[in-house]
Amino acid sequence: MSVEKREARQPWILLSPALTAVTLLLFVPLLFILVYSFWLRTATGADVAGFHLDNWEEALTDPFYRDILISTLRIAAITTVACALMGYPSAYFIARSQGNKAVLLLLLMLPFWISYIIRTMSWINILGVSGALNSALMAMGIINEPIQMLYNEVTVILGLVHFLLPFMILNIFVSLDGIDTNLENAANSLGATKWQAFLQVTLPLSLPGLAAGGLLCFVLGAGTYITPLVLGGPRDAMFANLVFEAIITQLNWPLGSALSLMLLAVLGALVMIYNRYLGMAQLMKGLG
Amino acid sequence: MGWALIRGWAVLVYIFMFLPVAVVVLLSFNASQFGNFPMTGFSFRWFVELAGNEAILRAFRTSIILGLLTALISTTLGVLASLALVRYRVPGANAISTLLIAPILVPEVVLAVALLLFLNFLGVNKSFGLLLAGHVIFTLPFVILVVQARLVSIKRDVEEAAMSLGASPVQTFFQITLPLMMPAVLAGALFAFTISFDDITGTLFWKPGGVETVPTQIFAMLRNSISPEINALGTVMIVMTVGLPLLGLAIARAMARKSGT
Repeated sequence: MSVEKREARQPWILLSPALTAVTLLLFVPLLFILVYSFWLRTATGADVAGFHLDNWEEALTDPFYRDILISTLRIAAITTVACALMGYPSAYFIARSQGNKAVLLLLLMLPFWISYIIRTMSWINILGVSGALNSALMAMGIINEPIQMLYNEVTVILGLVHFLLPFMILNIFVSLDGIDTNLENAANSLGATKWQAFLQVTLPLSLPGLAAGGLLCFVLGAGTYITPLVLGGPRDAMFANLVFEAIITQLNWPLGSALSLMLLAVLGALVMIYNRYLGMAQLMKGLG
Repeated sequence: MGWALIRGWAVLVYIFMFLPVAVVVLLSFNASQFGNFPMTGFSFRWFVELAGNEAILRAFRTSIILGLLTALISTTLGVLASLALVRYRVPGANAISTLLIAPILVPEVVLAVALLLFLNFLGVNKSFGLLLAGHVIFTLPFVILVVQARLVSIKRDVEEAAMSLGASPVQTFFQITLPLMMPAVLAGALFAFTISFDDITGTLFWKPGGVETVPTQIFAMLRNSISPEINALGTVMIVMTVGLPLLGLAIARAMARKSGT
């Protein structure tokens, strides 16, 4: 074998373990559940192979699934907007701070490392009947009886924002940090006010970061399973809870497959639209 | 005026991020029976109870073994792939990158369902092996992102210098590239370990009956009510998941300084 041929082969040898793993553990299983979603669950509990549209019909037409899909997307959208509103000024503060940017960023990344389940449950300590907020309000004499603040859609969104905000801030920060501050100075010297310079120069240049953060918040938020269980009420199930119900509780695997793929299709479409207009590179920057 | 407003906003956001977590730590030292306010006194009793709780200790053992194996496999696969993508001209490198990152873009529930049903179809029952496979595929993209980002900053010149002095490619790798890459390898491994240690969604689908990891154990305990013991466990987790990366960061920096890059 010539040296060039061996050289050309080497990267593929290095890549093959990872590519094999992703193929066998992700792409083939996804294809498999696509096929499986057309199988039929029978009363005896055995699945019959074949091409049946029953699961898809149920998943797509049952108003129960549709309503939960819509409310899942609504919760994800509100979460994303809240993350953007809370995150943009914070990211701007870090990016334009005269102080130690690395430390400010690290501080913000610390909650990122803290366990998801711990961060989710921590809100019970704040908002619970005998939590910090109720205790404080009662100690100050503002209320006499503790208020039930937990277990509703608002607390689900709160938990999600707490979980996803660092993703948003990191992405916006990466974008803002890459903008030459001289551009703003130039706009100012040409007569723009600080606010005009921000709106017409900085904000548009940071939109890719905002979009990347938004996509991550939305996709991760819409796929959530634990937050509604810990912080939501009995009626606050999200789409992932339906999938878990179908697969683990009811063992209706064909229906669970169809529901999973429905979620994948909706969120996948979003990722593709994003990729089409902005490309994956921006997303990779904010994740790495 | 504008800047003061922005700073004030950022401070509020920092408080929002830290307050709930700080309260977990505070309440874990509560002397009272109940995990809530008002606190009755300062005590280590819940940490002592934790140390004697067989179920929690078992969950810790499972999580640590799972995390270590995940980190080992994921980092090996990730480092090899990153080396190929950074050091060689691979046709279609962008498409390959996207392919390898795909597990992040698929909602975790979907990934969990697909892997579970497929392996079950192949006759593999819920087992530690399935749990491990799931964690590897889930952490691999993060390892690749982190390692690739660091690898780009290692100059090729040193490798070429070693080769021109007569070192074989294998010698060059083990004596030059690998030591230089060590901070990236460690960072990747740490990232994989932390993500595996924290994972709950996929784990709930994949874990065999009776096996609990720390997050699923906490989740099961939450079904009753929030107890000081959960807060103590939370504090231990916070110290682990915040302390380990910080330690890793410090080690990586020290190593980078020593190797002069």
